[in-house]
Amino acid sequence: MAGPASDRSADRIILGLPSKGRLRDACFEWFAERGVTVEGTGAEREYAGRVVGVEGVDLALLSAGEIPKELAAGRIHLGVTGEDMVRERIPDADAAVRLLAAMGFGFADLVIAVPDAWADVETMADLDAVAGRLRADLGRPLRIATKYHLLVRRFLRAQGVADCLLVDSQGATEGAVRQGAAEAIADITTSGATLTDNRLRPLADGLILKSQAHLCLSNRAALGPARAARLDALGEALGLGPLASARVPQ
Amino acid sequence: MSADRAYLTGGRMGDGLARLAAEIARIDAGFADAGAQAVEPAALQPSGPLLGLYGEDIRARAFVTTDPVEGELMLRPDFTVPVLRLHMQGGAAPARYRYCGPVYRRQEPGSARPTEYLQAGVEILGEADPVAADAEVFALIREALGEVAETAAVRTGDLSIAFAAVAGLEAPERWKAALRRHLWRPAKFRAVLEGFGERPAPTPARAALIAAANQGEDALRAHVRALGPLHGARPFEDVLARARELAQDARMTLPRGQIDWLEAVLAVKGPSAEALEALRALDVNAALRPALDRMARRLDALGPGAETLPFDASFGRGLEYYDGFTFEFSAPDRPGLPPLAGGGRYDALTSRLGFVGALPAVGGIVRPEALLAASGGV
Repeated sequence: MAGPASDRSADRIILGLPSKGRLRDACFEWFAERGVTVEGTGAEREYAGRVVGVEGVDLALLSAGEIPKELAAGRIHLGVTGEDMVRERIPDADAAVRLLAAMGFGFADLVIAVPDAWADVETMADLDAVAGRLRADLGRPLRIATKYHLLVRRFLRAQGVADCLLVDSQGATEGAVRQGAAEAIADITTSGATLTDNRLRPLADGLILKSQAHLCLSNRAALGPARAARLDALGEALGLGPLASARVPQ
Repeated sequence: MSADRAYLTGGRMGDGLARLAAEIARIDAGFADAGAQAVEPAALQPSGPLLGLYGEDIRARAFVTTDPVEGELMLRPDFTVPVLRLHMQGGAAPARYRYCGPVYRRQEPGSARPTEYLQAGVEILGEADPVAADAEVFALIREALGEVAETAAVRTGDLSIAFAAVAGLEAPERWKAALRRHLWRPAKFRAVLEGFGERPAPTPARAALIAAANQGEDALRAHVRALGPLHGARPFEDVLARARELAQDARMTLPRGQIDWLEAVLAVKGPSAEALEALRALDVNAALRPALDRMARRLDALGPGAETLPFDASFGRGLEYYDGFTFEFSAPDRPGLPPLAGGGRYDALTSRLGFVGALPAVGGIVRPEALLAASGGV
């Protein structure tokens, strides 16, 4: 495929990876194990990199939270991010992207947790009952601190839970209950240790999503024959089969 | 296209707009003839009352914005709450209001439903004879549909029957309250109802809590306190109170016959006269009698043909404020269109919005754009 045409940007595909930290290193390793070398160029903090071993693939190092948006907008063809981010940031995730491969890192469970001292609350049905009591007795909703508004709202609706209010918490969500900003939280946890430290306990049926890092394919990025061929070649190299035909038509 | 409207191609300028305006004027004149005064609530509404009524879900259904001074605001997703707020701020009961304007709904991605469409409606508040008011609103809305009414499909319901059935259960009041709270969420309602029947054995933690509650006040306090500190708005006493209730609940079961009876009442549907007979037959302990007598009087008030109006005892459970008569008109040969009109009774809504004293209320809306589309477009 080498030749003058292959250098036209309209013929190249873009792979978006997290720009920093453990997630980026784990991505590099995952690709390396499959014979595709992905490397940052220049200094550690630079947002430039390249893909070696497959022709015509550009690397974009992005903030992890940006990757779902870029996939949904079709500005990158492939990207690595957590399923939690994909489903929270893209309202029609199943139409916009295809989760190609679970990558075996970035594990995170999105759970609803309540204070240990809520002896009477084990299930979502209990949470709903308590929310009803707060509304009836105190005239206020049960507040749930979270940054996963879309996922939590959909989960509460599906479970028939009423009288809850989501309050935004972009960091240290586990502390929101102790600070009196919320009665319960919905947040990601890996070992559950942070929840335990904060005297919180996940509900028995309060698991909203078991998430890990995924290689994702944008169903919306423009794809001519040259790009389709490159996407297929990258897919074959990664052992995922041809990718262009795996896209859901938009 | 920017020149298009909900359900209509064009209709934002020129002849199309003129035809729509004429249709709205015709509808409005009918409401005005019934003595309803025109009102024009603000498009931007404070989110508090809407959140209080619909809960967190409204944030997914309404467009939310913020003002540095006024705080969180929502583009009105319907007129009923904004009109009631106007009334509560300055109106005297009884009152009749009419209105027309756009409402705004956020839709799920990929949905073909419009984010903005017109509603023309009428609300009758504080009427002394609710049955007559129900029949009048139904007639006003049917009239507003013009010729389309002749071919429109009608659905009716009456949620006061469902509420009466819940009240008629042989169950503790708090079980009934739990059912009433979820009447508008049929799947959850069913889960709550089934949960009062035969249950699986409690988890070890639940069994320990119940044992502590049965042992007495000191044991229960010690049991809960040992679990950890309590933060947030929920009082310690409420944890204890619910634990005591769980201990009581564990000794009681709602008999299968009661569960089946309630589900049978909610499942009644058919031509109104036959549905009424079926409900009378189910009403063995006379719990439904006042509601069914009202239904019978309403059928009389609705006039000739009312006995064949399709009736469904669960119709109206999708919208969290109807608690009496409900109705809807749709165009059966136009499956792409939403219901052309609908409405119902919402007696409890005013008290849920903080209005002191009961204010019986019934209202209905027409979707002028959908109506025009059903009769051939602009």
